[in-house]
Amino acid sequence: MSWVTKTLSSTLGRKLIMALTGLFLILFLTGHVSGNLLLFKNDGGEAFNIYAKFMTTNPAVKLLSWLTYLSIIGHVIYSIILSRKNKSARPIGYSESKASTNSSAASRNMGVLGTVILLFIVVHMQSFWAQMHWGSIPTVTYGGEEYKDLYSIVYAAFQVEWMVALYVIAMIFLGVHLSHGFASAFQTLGLNHKKYTPAIEGLGKFYCIVIPALFASMPLYIYFTQS
Amino acid sequence: MKLTLKVWRQKNNSDKGGFVNYPLDGISKDMSFLEMLDVLNEELSEKGEDPVHFDHDCREGICGMCSLYINGKPHGPQQTTTCQLHMRSFSDGDTITIEPWRAAAFPVVKDLVVDRSSFDRIIQAGGYVSVNTGGVPDANEIPIPKIIADEAFDAATCIGCGACVAACKNASAMLFTSAKISQLAMLPQGQVERKNRAEKMIAQMDEEGFGACTNTGACAAECPKGISLTNIARMNREYFSAVLSSDNV
Repeated sequence: MSWVTKTLSSTLGRKLIMALTGLFLILFLTGHVSGNLLLFKNDGGEAFNIYAKFMTTNPAVKLLSWLTYLSIIGHVIYSIILSRKNKSARPIGYSESKASTNSSAASRNMGVLGTVILLFIVVHMQSFWAQMHWGSIPTVTYGGEEYKDLYSIVYAAFQVEWMVALYVIAMIFLGVHLSHGFASAFQTLGLNHKKYTPAIEGLGKFYCIVIPALFASMPLYIYFTQS
Repeated sequence: MKLTLKVWRQKNNSDKGGFVNYPLDGISKDMSFLEMLDVLNEELSEKGEDPVHFDHDCREGICGMCSLYINGKPHGPQQTTTCQLHMRSFSDGDTITIEPWRAAAFPVVKDLVVDRSSFDRIIQAGGYVSVNTGGVPDANEIPIPKIIADEAFDAATCIGCGACVAACKNASAMLFTSAKISQLAMLPQGQVERKNRAEKMIAQMDEEGFGACTNTGACAAECPKGISLTNIARMNREYFSAVLSSDNV
């Protein structure tokens, strides 16, 4: 084995991949939420549709999306590899455990939280991403140019109660996942210092509430104001 | 005090094992937890039964030999070693569940005794200095700032009891390994083998079958010596910089 494959197959190497893909996905979420704030603009979806076209055609954005897909797949695959190793490290469990006295519930259930988020991503990509790429979407014309009317698809989806509920619940899971994941990624990278760790932890607490709340507010806003 | 002990009994490593309940009376609140077990074992011996096997040595909280997962926590309800845990931490009429450390890398030898030689092998892989450091140097002869000497000493207080592994949901040995890597990485005597040490000790840790770290912090919360999570971050830095710059291709 070369030193690269040896490192990446050690527990620390695998954790490094978890941390780096996780941090990249945190960056992705920041971009995703900022762009989607255009849904709040009362222009019948014009700004959002123009933005959606840019996001699916710009070459630089395409490269970033491929990095995002790779990060999701890598994060999932390595979490499965690590979880299996962790499971085999304790074949017989305790009959009584007071884990709640020494660690947070989020940190002990990252796999369960992540699985729910993954299922949500599948539904979410099927509803919008797949429609935008391969579905038959009505078109609209702004200033002589034709655009796919993704806004109308989003608008229709968020008239459905169970879709809105699914999105809000999934965002709660995402928030809890991030409440541990954000600061944990920095610790794995070895970035732990009394000078900046409190700032990282503070930023993580802020991020895990604000970003999922902004995402959840979009279906809620459409459901309650447009129907 | 009147107690009911729910103790894990297992004849040997291949035995399936199971819990046995023992009623116990006349226990003083001033007894240590191990003295309470001594009382139980005396009673069992008098009845001609096999006493409960458990690890212990100094009974002063410094050797790291005692273990026991008591009522769902390593070393019981206090953040100390089992030998320093006293019966005043329990109430009259309590049922106390006592289990061995649970980890694939800590196989049960008998009852509550587990084999922790996997820790020894991690140390053997690189937790040493092979430069001749001579006799005990005079104070302040080696120029180490006090703040660094203190931090290295804090890491060196790890007694290798294994409570970190027992507490971790993944049975990970990262707090132990990081303390052992840290104590030498911070001192001049440890510089010669610094990169090899990080690579070899972590390779050995993986080989022993310990889990990975999820940064839950359970290990540090339960560590009787208060070894902190900053050691794990330091170990990660040591390892990543070692694999990028060592001569081991």
